[in-house]
Amino acid sequence: MTADLVIEAEGLVKHFGSTKALQGVDLAVPRGTVLGVLGPNGAGKTTAVRILSTLLNPDAGRASISGFDVVREAEKVRQVIGLTGQYASVDEDLTGRQNLELFGTLLDLGRAGARRRATELLEWFDLTDAAGRQAKTYSGGMRRRLDLAASLVGSPDVIFLDEPTTGLDPAKREDMWDVVRTLVKGGSTVLLTTQYLEEADALADEITVIDHGRVIAHDTPEGLKRVVGGQTLEVRPSDPGQLRLTASILSEVSSGAPADEIRKGMLAVPVTDDRAMTEAVARLAAAGVAVTELALHLPSLDEVFFTLTGRTAADDDTTKEEVAA
Amino acid sequence: MTTTIGAPRTGNPVMPTTVTPNPRPFRLVRHSMALAKRSLIKTARTPEALIDVTLQPVLFLVIFVYIFGGAVAGSTHDYLQFLLPGILAQTIATGCIAIGVNLNTDLAKGIFDRFRSLPVPRSAPLLGAVLGDIVRYVIVTFSTLAIGYVMGFRITTDPLSAAAGCALAVLFALCLSWLPVYVSMKVRTPGAVQGLMFAVIMPLSFASNVFVGTATLPGWMQGFVEVNPLTHLVGAMRGLFLGTPLGNHAWWTLAWCAGFVVVFMPLALRAYRKKV
Repeated sequence: MTADLVIEAEGLVKHFGSTKALQGVDLAVPRGTVLGVLGPNGAGKTTAVRILSTLLNPDAGRASISGFDVVREAEKVRQVIGLTGQYASVDEDLTGRQNLELFGTLLDLGRAGARRRATELLEWFDLTDAAGRQAKTYSGGMRRRLDLAASLVGSPDVIFLDEPTTGLDPAKREDMWDVVRTLVKGGSTVLLTTQYLEEADALADEITVIDHGRVIAHDTPEGLKRVVGGQTLEVRPSDPGQLRLTASILSEVSSGAPADEIRKGMLAVPVTDDRAMTEAVARLAAAGVAVTELALHLPSLDEVFFTLTGRTAADDDTTKEEVAA
Repeated sequence: MTTTIGAPRTGNPVMPTTVTPNPRPFRLVRHSMALAKRSLIKTARTPEALIDVTLQPVLFLVIFVYIFGGAVAGSTHDYLQFLLPGILAQTIATGCIAIGVNLNTDLAKGIFDRFRSLPVPRSAPLLGAVLGDIVRYVIVTFSTLAIGYVMGFRITTDPLSAAAGCALAVLFALCLSWLPVYVSMKVRTPGAVQGLMFAVIMPLSFASNVFVGTATLPGWMQGFVEVNPLTHLVGAMRGLFLGTPLGNHAWWTLAWCAGFVVVFMPLALRAYRKKV
C-alpha cells in the first residue's frame, strides 16, 4: 500500500477571500506514474498545482514532493520539480535559446552545461531552427513546446503539466502526449491537469476528478470509464436512406442497445469494448453501407460530471484562480 | 509544419548524463547577474524603450536653455552651465520610473512564476532587474553630457571629479529605483505605477534647485527644497562638474541613497514575496 509516493497531498485547503478554491484535497502519485487531475474551469486544479510547486502556501493541509514538504522545504522541492502551465512560462522578448540558457544558469548547470542542455532540448523539441527567434514570434504549438522544454532544463524527477494541450489542435496534442509518455519512460513522475477525459485516459495511470475544490472520484481510467459509462460509437452513413439498416447493425454490435440519431443523419450507440469499432466496420462493409464519418468517443467532461454529481459540469468559469494568481 | 517530437534524438532528455546541477557559492550574485543579463537583452531588443533617457534630456535642455535661458540667467550659455546638472538629475529620476512599469508588466506574465518555481533566491529577480538598468542610467548620463557639450556645456573641473559626478548620478538612480520597484508590487497596472511615480518625481524636480537658484523661491518652499534629495544631487554634481561650493551636498546625496535602499528594498522584497 505504501508504495513509493513521490507526490503526496493531504487535506489541502486554500481560500481566496470568499472563494473556496480547495476544500480538502488529497492526492497521491507513485514514482514513475502519471496522475491525471480532471476537472472543469474553476475546480481548483491550478490552485492545487501552484501549491504543490511551491508558488502558493496552503491555508491548511500538507503536501510533499519526494519527501520534501512544499512549505518548509520549498527550496529542496524546487530542485526536483519542473512546472509547465498557463502561468509558468518563458520570457517572450528572449529567444528560445536565451530562455533555456537562462533557466540552465539559474539551475546552476554552469555556462557550458546550460548551453549544452539548451541545445539538447531545442533539438528534442524540434526548435533548433527557431532557436534564435524571440519567443513571441513562435506559433502556439512551438510556444507550448518551448514552455515544456523550459520546465525540463533541470531534468526534474517530478513534472507538473497544467492543461498542457488546451488550445492545441489534435495533431499537436498527440505530439504532446508522446512527449509525456517519453518522460514517464525516462523515470519521471507526472501530475497532469486536464479538462479532457480523453487526455487523462490516454496518459494517466490514475485519475482524480475534482470539482469545487473537492475530490469527487479517484480511480484508474478503466474504473472511471466503468462508472461514467464507456465509449460511444458514432457513425454517419453516406446514404441517408441506409440510416435504418445502419441503426440495426450498430444495435447488434452494441449487443442490443438501440442506436440514437444524435444529429441529423448521425447515429450513436454505446459500446463497451474496443473491438466494437472493428466489428462495426466489418459488418457495415459486409452489408454494403458506406460511411462518411465513424468515430469512437469517450464521454465528455460534461457527461463525466453529470454521472458523478448528477448535474452538469460546474463550468462557471469564474477564473478565480487567475485572480488569485 | 509537421513535427514529431515523440522520440528524443540525443539520448534521454529527461536524465541527461551531460549535466548535473551542483549548487555553487555566491548563488544570489550569480543568479542576479544572470537575470540582469536578461534585462539587458530586453533593453537591447527594444531600443525605443530608451527614449525616456535619451530624447527627454535633449528636449528639456533645448526648451529650457533657449526659451528661459535669457530671462532666467541673462545668457543662454550661463543658464546651460547651471541647468545641465539639474536636467541630468531630473532625467535620471524620471528614468527610474521605467523599471517599475516594466516589473509591473512582467509580474502579470508567467515568467516570474517560472523564476519562483526554480531554486533561485527570492530576491534575485528584483536585484537582477535593478542591476540590469545600470546600463540605462549610464546611457542617460552620457547622452545628456554629449548633447550638453554640443550646445556649449563645458566641465570646468578635472576628469576625476567629473567621473565622480557621473558615478554619483548612476548610484542615485540605482538606489532610488527601489521606490518604483516597491510601487510596482503594490499597484495593479503599469499605468498606475507611471502616474504615481510622476506625482512623486515632478514636485521633487521642480521644487528644487534644478531650474532656478533656491534663493528666488518663497520661504515656505525653501524648507522643502533644502531636504529634497534632488537638490543635493544637483548641488553635488554642480560642485563636481563646475567647481561650485560642494558643501554637504555629496554627503546628503549618499545619505539619501542609503535611505532609499534601507527603506524601499526590504519593503519591495517583502511585497514581492507576499504578492505571489
